[in-house]
Order: sequence, then C-alpha cells, then structure tokens
Amino acid sequence: MSESALKPGVRAGRDGGLGWGLKIVVGLIGLLLIAPTAVVIPMSFSSGTTFQFPPEGWSLRWYESFFTSERWMRSLLTSVQIGLLVAVTATVLGVAVAFGLNRAGFRGRGAIRSLMLAPLIVPSIVVAVAIYGVFLKWQLNGTALGYVVAHTVMALPFVVTVMSTSLAGYDRTLDTAAATLGATAWTTFFRITVPLVAPGVLSGFVFAFVMSLDEVVIALFLQTPDIQTLPVQMYNSITLEIDPTIAAASSLMVVATSIVLLMPQFVRRKRSTS
Amino acid sequence: MSQSDNSSSPGIRIAGVSKVYSGTSRPAVDDVSLDIADGEFITLLGPSGSGKTTMLSMLAGFVSVSGGKIEIDGRDVSRQKPHKRNLGVVFQQYALFPHMTVTKNIAFPLQQRRMSKAQIAAKVGEALKLVHLEEYADRLPSQLSGGQQQRVALARAVVYHPRALLMDEPLGALDRKLRDELQREIARMHRELGMTFIFVTHDQHEALTLSDRIAVFNEGRVEQVGTPSELYERPETLFVAQFLGESTCFRGTVDVSAGVLRCGGFTPRAPRLDARLDGSDGVAVIRPERLELHTDAAAVPAGHNQVRGTVTEIVYVGNHHQVGLRFPDGTSGSAMRLAGRSLPAVPGEEVTVSWDPEHQSIVADPADEPTSGRAAEPLGAPAGT
Repeated sequence: MSESALKPGVRAGRDGGLGWGLKIVVGLIGLLLIAPTAVVIPMSFSSGTTFQFPPEGWSLRWYESFFTSERWMRSLLTSVQIGLLVAVTATVLGVAVAFGLNRAGFRGRGAIRSLMLAPLIVPSIVVAVAIYGVFLKWQLNGTALGYVVAHTVMALPFVVTVMSTSLAGYDRTLDTAAATLGATAWTTFFRITVPLVAPGVLSGFVFAFVMSLDEVVIALFLQTPDIQTLPVQMYNSITLEIDPTIAAASSLMVVATSIVLLMPQFVRRKRSTS
Repeated sequence: MSQSDNSSSPGIRIAGVSKVYSGTSRPAVDDVSLDIADGEFITLLGPSGSGKTTMLSMLAGFVSVSGGKIEIDGRDVSRQKPHKRNLGVVFQQYALFPHMTVTKNIAFPLQQRRMSKAQIAAKVGEALKLVHLEEYADRLPSQLSGGQQQRVALARAVVYHPRALLMDEPLGALDRKLRDELQREIARMHRELGMTFIFVTHDQHEALTLSDRIAVFNEGRVEQVGTPSELYERPETLFVAQFLGESTCFRGTVDVSAGVLRCGGFTPRAPRLDARLDGSDGVAVIRPERLELHTDAAAVPAGHNQVRGTVTEIVYVGNHHQVGLRFPDGTSGSAMRLAGRSLPAVPGEEVTVSWDPEHQSIVADPADEPTSGRAAEPLGAPAGT
C-alpha cells in the first residue's frame, strides 16, 4: 500500500499479483484440466443405468457394482501389484543411474542422460508395438514380469529426472565435512546422504507407481484374459458394455493418484515445520 | 579443555609439498615448507588461486600430495584418509548437516568415536557453552543466522579435541559486523583451547589481527613467513609489501658499497642492504604512516631520505587523511596524516617528502610488476596529466 503511494506512476493492482487478464487465462486452463474429472465424479454417483450429466438421481450403486465385481477387483489388484513392483524396480535402477550420472565423471554422460529420457519422447504406441514384438519372441506377453519390465522402462525417466534434481541440490561439502569428523564413506552415505535425498527417492517411487497405474497403451498390447490392468479393464468395459461402473472406477483412480502424488509434499512440509 | 597428549611433539610439519592437478602444468602448490608449532595460530594468506586453499585441503587430506610430505607429530600422514587424521575443519559455507539439530551436528563426530551417551551429552554441552549457543541446541541449521551456523560448525570441529583446527575462509560468507564479532570469538577460542589453528584467508586485516604468524602465498609458493609486524614492517618481497597494506615503492638499482638505491634523480640511503641484490633492480618500500610531509625542506630531520613530490589528492578517511603523491620519476605514492594535524599542502602543491631509512625495506624488483604500489594506484593521477 505505502509502496504504491510512493510510486504514483504504478497502478495499485500491479504489485498485488497477476493482472486480471492473466487470471482469466489461468482460470480457463485450470477449468480445462479439471473439466473431465468434474464430469466423471458426479456421473459416478448417478442412479441411472446410462451415462448422464448432470445425473438425475444420486446413488452409490456403481461403486457397489465396482467393489462386488470380480473382474474389476481382480484388475485393480493386478494394477496395484504391478505398480508396486514397477515402483520398486524403477526406483532402485533410477536412483543408481542418477547417482552414476551425478558423481562419476565419464565420457558420454550427456548422451546417457538424453537416452534415459527417450521413453518420454518416443510415442507410446511405437514403444508398445516394439515391446509387443520382442515380448512375443521372449514369451513375456501376458505375464506379470512382462508388465513390470515394460512399465519400468517407461517409469525410469521420471525417477532419473526427479533424483537428478535432488542430487544436484546436494552439497558434496557435507561428505567432506563428515569425513573430517571421523565418518567412513559408509556412515556418511547412510547418515548424511540417504536422509537428505530421501524425499527425491520417495517422489521417484510415487511417480513410477502412478505412471504404471495410468499406463494403458502398452498394457493393451500385453493383456490376456487372465491378466488385465485396471486401465485395460476400463477400456474393455467401455467398448463392450456401456455401464457407469467405469465412472466409479475412474473417480477412484483420480482420488487415489491425487493422494499418492500429494504425499511427498505433505511429508516434506511436515519435516520442515517440525 | 586443554590439549596435552603430545606437548613435547614438533607439531605439524609441511616439508617440500607440491600439488599438480591432473590436466594442468603449473603446480597449484609449489615446494612449500612450513613448520607449525603446537598451539600456534598460523594464517595462510594470499589472493585467490595462490594455492592456500589447496595447501589446506592437502593438510586435511581432501587432496592428495604430488610431492613432499606432511607430518603430524613426527608421523607421515600424507597418504592417510581424512577421517583418520583427527583434524577439525571449518568450511566457508558452514557445511552443517541440514537434517540434524545443532546438538546432533555437534554429537556426530563423538558418535564416530564411539563415546557413551553420557560422555557425548557432557561434551556437547561444553561445546555449546564455548560458542554461547546453549539456547539453540534443538534448532535446525536453517533456523539459525549465518554467524550462529558458523559457531555451530566451530563447536562441531573442536568438540572431539582434534590435533588442529583448519579453517577455510570461515568468515567469507558473513557481513562486516558479524565478521568482526566472530573474529573475536575465534581469537578467544584459540586462547581458551590452546589448540593449533590453521586459518586460510585472503583478507589481510583478518590475518594481521588474528595470527601469531602469517605465511603469504603467491602463485603456489610461500613468499614470506613471519609475525604480522615482521611482514608489515619488513616485507621481503614486493608482493608481500603490496598485498599487506599500502606502500610507496621507488624503483632503482641497488648499490651495496655506497649503501644506496640509485633511482632516477635521487638516491635514498639504504642501510643493511642484502649483498645478493648488488647491481640488480630493487624497490624501496615505505608505509604511508612513515612518510613525513614538509613545506620547508629545512625542516627535514637529519638522516632522513628526502624527495620532492606533488600532492595529487587528499582523501578524508575519518581518523586520518590519505595524501596522494606523485614524484618526478613518475612514481605515485600515498602518505597518511592523522586527523587533527594540519595539512601541509593542497592538491597541486609541491612538498618535501621524507622518511627514516630504518623504516624502508629494499626488496628485489620482479621485472614485470607495475611501477606503483597496488593500493596507491587509485590515488595516482592518470599518466600524462
């Protein structure tokens, strides 16, 4: 307030934050991003047997249908199991890669870094077809191992990126300091490095899990009637039968992924305030 | 808290140590020898890139030694890992563990030494008291000011009674007021602990006020080692003269038999000349507070060297006036006049400048140096005016 009084040439609204033009644009983009969710969640509470928006009546019947259907529950379980396995393997590998890229000085580091991002850049349908072809030969189609391997490849870039950022912010002087204080390399790693990069590891784990949970293109190629992930089951259900159970499934997925993705931030905030 | 286990030992000995980093040809540290006595406060002083930090890193064991050896109490530690050397190190950027409280930071080195919980608690308490941070025991480093963080780092580095405390520009990241305050703290800690302190800085004031002895580094070599007053009053090289304090530097040829320096136009007397300098280029170095200014040449005390000079500028610096001078041979210089004393001239006027030859130092002239004192340069009028 006093500042704008001192500078009569500056309009008061300027230093308050975003101008109203920008605010409208930001609002519109936010709306676009949220719109599908905003439609799906009310639809899942519909009492009708077809997709209706806005719903004419309210009920939990589609949630009941979801949780009592063996097919839906099995695909949910499959997705969670694969997701957890992918998160573990991608985190272990990705953390190792990030440490290597950050600490070892060897030729071609830049090339490896770019290569690690390839799965993000290549269209997933191309990756899916390639994986499908190779896995046919290796007989990995329709196996849990196949899903885990394929999704790990897709999740690695996320883990490596998150971990690299975390390591770039790590001050190596701390290692030196720990050494002068009498700590061995092992002690330094476990008592100083690990606690400080843990939030990065956790974020990587979460990203990998959510990525696997969300992935549909490769999963469609690898599916067999025995093993289908939740997104595949959703896709199949919408092509074969029109049933708002999928709205319930989608809503659950949105809520679950949101919680999982926000988790590292809560952990971090709690740490900094305690 | 006293250091007693090895009081009869020779302390820390740096013997002909060199460091050549791979991929470079010029050594970062070039054949440095230095004996550091037990309990001494020694400062490695020099501009950036002079090798002082590399020397400290070799002492601490972060950087390997390319040649020569480092001995602690007669034992060669050149190949020892940092965590085996039992030295305390304080870094410019504090290097506190951000996820640990002040107490846990200070306890860390004690835990590495497998001390009991009770012992650790007692020693941490003692260390916190030493740096006056008792109330901050449970804070995280991020909740402390820069000065407080550096105190924690100091406490952490001395709590296990290391053989010596190494400090790498520990005050470099602090503002002026905090720097002065922490300087006094460090001096007090040195008195109370009686520990060997090895301090690296580029700040001449820090070096002069804190140290028992100073080693001046330049281009990987030690130019001179001595007490602060030895270095200031009797610099042995032009670099030392110019790096520590201001000076007026007259260039000429040394004539040992006549006991003079032959400058263009005047020949200042120079007692106790180094015979090795005979016939070579030399520089007479005089500190500003040793130069006397006279309007009347008859007032020059007997035995003083004297030369006419023009006052180019007078700068008021509070407790004194800085008087910029230009001499007929082109040398520029500066004199100091305490506030309260009248000024003998105004800019543009000529004065007679005199000084006692006892207060001048004659040093060898490295050919490629500029013709005027580093600190005196800003005062000199541009050439040709």
